[in-house]
Amino acid sequence: MNVILFHLMAYADLDFEATKEHETVWMKLPNKHYDPVKGHKLYNRYLDEMEYAETLGFDGVAVNEHHQTAYGLMPSPVVMAAALARRTQRVKIAILGSALPLREHPMTVAEEYAMLDVITGGRLIAGFVRGIGAEYHTFGLNPTISHERFHEAHDLIVQAWTQPGPTSFSGKHYNVDYVNLWPRPFQNPHPPIWVPSQGSKETIDWAAHPDHRYTYLQTFSPSKTVQKYLQSYRDTAEGFGYEAADSQLGWAVPVYVADTDAQAINDAREPFELFRNRLLKMPFEMLLPPGYSSRDSLKRMMAAKATLSQSLTIEMAIDMGMIVCGSPATVRQQLESHWHDMHFDNLLTMMHFGTLSEELTRRNMELFAKEVLPGLQAMKRAASTSTAST
Amino acid sequence: MTFEETFPQVDGCRIRMRRGGKGPTVLYLHGANGASAIQPFMESLAQDFDLLVPEHPGFGQSDEPEWLENMHDLAYFYLDLLDDMNIDSVHVVGSSLGGWLAMEMALREPRRFKSLTLVGTAGFRVPGILPGDIFMWNPETAARNTFYNQDIAEKVIATVPQTEAEQDAVLKNRHSVARLAWQPRLFDPHLAKWLHRLTMPAKLIWGDHDKIMPLPVGEALQKQLPQASLQVFAQCGHLPQVEFPAEFSASVKQFIEGVNQS
Repeated sequence: MNVILFHLMAYADLDFEATKEHETVWMKLPNKHYDPVKGHKLYNRYLDEMEYAETLGFDGVAVNEHHQTAYGLMPSPVVMAAALARRTQRVKIAILGSALPLREHPMTVAEEYAMLDVITGGRLIAGFVRGIGAEYHTFGLNPTISHERFHEAHDLIVQAWTQPGPTSFSGKHYNVDYVNLWPRPFQNPHPPIWVPSQGSKETIDWAAHPDHRYTYLQTFSPSKTVQKYLQSYRDTAEGFGYEAADSQLGWAVPVYVADTDAQAINDAREPFELFRNRLLKMPFEMLLPPGYSSRDSLKRMMAAKATLSQSLTIEMAIDMGMIVCGSPATVRQQLESHWHDMHFDNLLTMMHFGTLSEELTRRNMELFAKEVLPGLQAMKRAASTSTAST
Repeated sequence: MTFEETFPQVDGCRIRMRRGGKGPTVLYLHGANGASAIQPFMESLAQDFDLLVPEHPGFGQSDEPEWLENMHDLAYFYLDLLDDMNIDSVHVVGSSLGGWLAMEMALREPRRFKSLTLVGTAGFRVPGILPGDIFMWNPETAARNTFYNQDIAEKVIATVPQTEAEQDAVLKNRHSVARLAWQPRLFDPHLAKWLHRLTMPAKLIWGDHDKIMPLPVGEALQKQLPQASLQVFAQCGHLPQVEFPAEFSASVKQFIEGVNQS
């Protein structure tokens, strides 16, 4: 399989004590709590970690997009991808933004992605997302038109990448008389398109559609949920009359490796619990504005509201398969076992989370790269030589 | 007073209509929470007027047409509905989102509207004065911020939707409000340019403690409308018609009768 280092770039220097009275670190946390001097060091530390992933043998690095939050400091993932483009030579660079509906003009995404693809000689993986509910509050964008803007922006971008220009595009949200991209993307017909999601049926149906066959990534969820949605993707593909390739499936999960299970849990506890219980926390109304998801899924989420907002200990999270944490043997065994259950060909490891220190992040990456990574990468070869049974 | 319930269909959209009373025709246009029940102020108004209480497309038991995307769509729908019902001219009472709707309708066919009563109306933005962020409020906060009288808020909180149908109606209303008013939030930046066309008598009614549409909005809007007065209810939130039904109805009655006599 392909193993990618996925960085969220949390604001690890947040004073969690001083901000504990705030209901959430999203949208309304006063930005006096952000220190640009510390931020300068953090950006450079995080970018160093991502570059180090190439040295250690990862297949790719991934950045994402969130706005006005201490959860992650990448409102523009394109900026981070550009910073990585010239400092790496081999790894794929996956942008697990861009939040298409938030852009006033999707041609800017088509252009920026094409630039990155040409600069890197075809190393870009083009993620398309809608942005999470909170972003519809921060941008003031109407969540009830999120799906239609996403679909229309996608259609325009793919047209710009694939049809010899100039062409024109007439839509409800976007109208362009001259679609004629300079530069065109390096990869032919276009960079692979990945669709990260929390498992909405609409997204799975769309990504699995035979016209798309986009790689679907289940992000930070209990392993049973991941399995359910990856299977749902396979079933949907089957409903469309084709068999989904393993390369169409991926999972993004925090991973922490130390010498022993006890040491790993001890190291990861505070950073992980701050990540899960503080950085990810937001009120229901912020997470799920009306129209962002279908009313049926909204009702299901409302029913599960208590469980969703419950704080977790790292032990609970390990049991639920929300983090893979332990000795090299434990982590290897768990990931191999998950792979045998799900046959995802893309694993996005979040090797930094919350407040994990630079020292522990690097040690985590090194130990993982030495003891776990080669075995996982080999599993790809085993899968590709067997018949693609699931 | 008994209200007759019908389900007229216009523009491919079937809506729920209640109609009661005799006298000059008054159209009541509800706000974000809909108009599922006939309320005491409606009973009072129906003693003197032929009162129409529709549920907007996208709300309550009315259809959710595909074409419903903005306030303009809603305004044209109601103008078509009035045509369909052979109602040439009306007085309109609109609350919040319904007040905004009333202004959009009246801009399009001003001569059709004998008067406008706008209650804590949306539609108009005063720079620096933000409406309450209703989409960030949970149901309890929403109730507390809607009413000044917290006894009423408590009752609303205690009667949260129980059945699935009731829950669906709440989600449906909320979805439609977002569709119509999320962006720009609860106003139309182009409306203010044409308010001079609203030459009919207008009455603005506002609660002095309105946390959804703060009173400065009403004060500024009054200056923009050619013929508007502003009545402020003391110790009152966003819905004077609910917090002070008797005073509200008497005031509206006096205003409309005054217009009819002049």
